Amino acid sequence: MVRKYVGLWILVLAMAVILPGTSLAAGVIKIGAVYPLTGDVASTGQECKSGVELALDIINNSYDIDIPFAKTAGIPSLGGAKLEAVFSDSQGSPQTGISAAEYLISNNGVVAMVGAYQSSVTKTVSQVTERMHIPMVCSDSTSTALTERGFHYFFRANPNVTIGAQDQFEFLEGMRKQGHSINRIALVYENSEWGSSVAEQEKICAKKYGYEIVADVPYSHSTTDVSSEVARIMDAHPDVVMENSYVSDEILYTEAFKLHNFTPPALMSWTGHTDRSYLKTVGPDADYFVVLSEFNLAMAKTIPAIKQVNDLYRKKFGHDLTENAVRSFNAPFVLADAINRAGSTNPDAIQKALTETNMSAGIMPWKGIQFDQNHQNQYASLVLQQMVKGEFQTVWPPNVATMKIVWPFPGWGK
Amino acid sequence: MENQLLQMVVDGLLMGSIYALIAVGMTLIWGVMNIINFAHGAFLMLAMFLTFWADKLWGIDPLVSLPLVALIMFFVGWGTYSTTVRKVLTGPILAQLLVTFGIAIFLVNLAVFLWSPDYQQLRGTLISGTWRFPLFVVSEAKVVAALASVVVFAGTYWWLKKTRLGRAVQATSISKEAAALMGINTERVFGITFGVALALLGVAGSLLCNFYYVFPSVGDMFGLLAFAIVALGGFGSVPGSFLGGLMIGLAEHLGGLYLGPQYKYAVIFIIYLGVVSIRPKGLFGW
Repeated sequence: MVRKYVGLWILVLAMAVILPGTSLAAGVIKIGAVYPLTGDVASTGQECKSGVELALDIINNSYDIDIPFAKTAGIPSLGGAKLEAVFSDSQGSPQTGISAAEYLISNNGVVAMVGAYQSSVTKTVSQVTERMHIPMVCSDSTSTALTERGFHYFFRANPNVTIGAQDQFEFLEGMRKQGHSINRIALVYENSEWGSSVAEQEKICAKKYGYEIVADVPYSHSTTDVSSEVARIMDAHPDVVMENSYVSDEILYTEAFKLHNFTPPALMSWTGHTDRSYLKTVGPDADYFVVLSEFNLAMAKTIPAIKQVNDLYRKKFGHDLTENAVRSFNAPFVLADAINRAGSTNPDAIQKALTETNMSAGIMPWKGIQFDQNHQNQYASLVLQQMVKGEFQTVWPPNVATMKIVWPFPGWGK
Repeated sequence: MENQLLQMVVDGLLMGSIYALIAVGMTLIWGVMNIINFAHGAFLMLAMFLTFWADKLWGIDPLVSLPLVALIMFFVGWGTYSTTVRKVLTGPILAQLLVTFGIAIFLVNLAVFLWSPDYQQLRGTLISGTWRFPLFVVSEAKVVAALASVVVFAGTYWWLKKTRLGRAVQATSISKEAAALMGINTERVFGITFGVALALLGVAGSLLCNFYYVFPSVGDMFGLLAFAIVALGGFGSVPGSFLGGLMIGLAEHLGGLYLGPQYKYAVIFIIYLGVVSIRPKGLFGW
C-alpha cells in the first residue's frame, strides 16, 4: 500500500515545498528593517517596528484613508505584490548593525532597507547598503552627516539635526522678541553620533544668534547615574537647558532635576521625551518641557488621516501612535512609491525611482517628500510641542500652534 | 563647582555602596568557584522585575518583598548552579566562560518576550521622599539602600568568618581538593555560594527598585561596573568589593564633576587598570 503510493507522496511533498516558494517569489517584495529591538533603546526600537508593521498593513491591504497606497492593496504596478519586512536586531550597536544588514541582504534577499533609528547605527548600516548597492530609506535618524557622504543608495525622508537646531533657536528668538531675557544655554547631549551632531549644530546656532553656552555636558547614554552631569548643569545657572537624550537617560535627568528642584525658565528636549515608556515612567513630570518633534496627535486637527491611522494603530498595538512609530511609519511608503514607479524590484531601478520621488507626505505636516541632491527630503520640518496634563500640544511655529506656550517652566508638580 | 563638591561626595558614596552590594555576589562566585558570572547583570534584572511585579500585581512594597525576593533568588542561584554551572565546571575553560554568557542572553531575551522592552518604574513606594539639607539633597531610597548595603556587608563578612558554613566556603575557595579531604561537601558549598550570591543580588535589586527603572537590559551597565569593582577590590574579597564600590562611586561622581561626564567611565577604568597593573590580584585579593 505504502509502496504503491510512494511516487504520489513524493510528488505531493515536492509540490508542498516548491509551490509556496514560487508564489513567494512572485508576490512578495522583501524589505530589510534594522532596529534596536534589545538593549537600552529597545522600547523605542519596538515602537519603530510597530510603525513599520502598520505601514506595511496599510500598503498591502485596502483602507479608506487619504494617504498614498492606502486605498489599493499591494504595489499596483507589480500586480498587487505585497511588501514584507524582515526585522533584524541591531542591539543599538553600530557593529551589530553591520552584521544584521549584511545578513538581511545576503541571506534574506531583501531588495531595500529601512531603519535604523540611532544615527550611529544608521551610519554603519548604510555603509553596508551602499557597498552592496541596496537602496536604503531612513525616516528616523537625524544626524546631518548621514546625507552628506555623497552616498547613492541612501535617502532620508525626515528632518536632520541642522533643521532641528535652527528651529530651536528661531523659537528662542521669538521668545526673546516677546520680552523674555534668554542668554545662558546649557547643552546636555548623549555623546554618540546623534547627540554630538545636534550639539554641534546648536553651538553654531548659539553663536549665530548671540547666545552664551554656559555648560557643555556630553555623557554616555547608557549611564547608570547623572548626578555629576546635573551638578554641572545647575552650577552654570542656565536660562535654557537643551537636552538631547534617548530614553533611559531622559528618565534619569527628569528625576534628578526634580530631586534638586531645578527650575530654569525653560527645559528643552528632543527624542527620548516622546518615547511611550519615558512618559509612562515619569508621569506628570514630563509636563512643560519644550520638545522638538516631528509629530503629535494634536495635528489631527488639520490632518484628518492621522485619526484614522491612529485608530488602526491602537487596534493593532493597544496604545496611541507615538512620534517614534510615526517616524518609522514613513519610510515604507517612500519605498512603495519608488518600487511602484520603477515597476521592478531591481535595486538600481528602485534607487533611480527614489531620486525622482515627488509624493505627498502622508500623515506628516509637510508639503511633500522630494529629495535634494544629497538625498535629504527638502520639505521635512519640525515643530515644538509641550505636554500639558498628559497631552502634547504644538506651541511653535505660530501658524500651526494648537496652544499658547507655558513659559517660564512653572515648577515640578505644578 | 565647590558648592557641588559635598553633593557629589554624598552621591558618590551612596551610589558606590549600592554598586558594591551588586558586586558582592559576583566576588563570592568568582572567589569560590573561579567562574566569571557574565549573567550577573541579567540576574539583577530578574530580581528587579520580581520586586516590580510583586508591587504592581499584589501591591507588596519593595521593602516588604525584599526578603521574599532574596529567598527566591537564592533558589534561582542554587538551581542555576545545579542544572548548568555544575556540569561545565569539569569541562574546558571556554565552556565555563560561555555558560553564564548564554544564561545572560537567555534571561534578557526572555524578559523582552515576557515583559516587553519598555521602561517601567514604581511610584509612591514607602521610601520615595527627599531629604533636603543646607548643602546637599538626597533621596530617601538611596540612603536606605546604602545603609542596607552596609548591614548586608557586615552580615556577609560575619557569616564567612564566624559560622561553620562560612568557614567551609572559605576553605573551598582556597582549595577545593583539600576542603573535600577535610570532609566538606564542596558540591553543596558551591550550590550554597551561588544561592547566597544571588540572594544578595536580590537584596540589591529590591532596593534599587525604590528609585530606579526596570527594563530587560537594566543590568548591563551595573554588571560591567561590578566587574571593575570585583577586580579592583580583589577576587573573592568581601571587604575589598565594599571598598572597590565606594572608590568607583566616588571616581564616577568626582570625575564627572571635575573632568566632565564624558570621562567618568574612563576615570573608573583607568583606576581599575592602574590597580590591577600594580597589584593584579586587586587591593584585598588573596
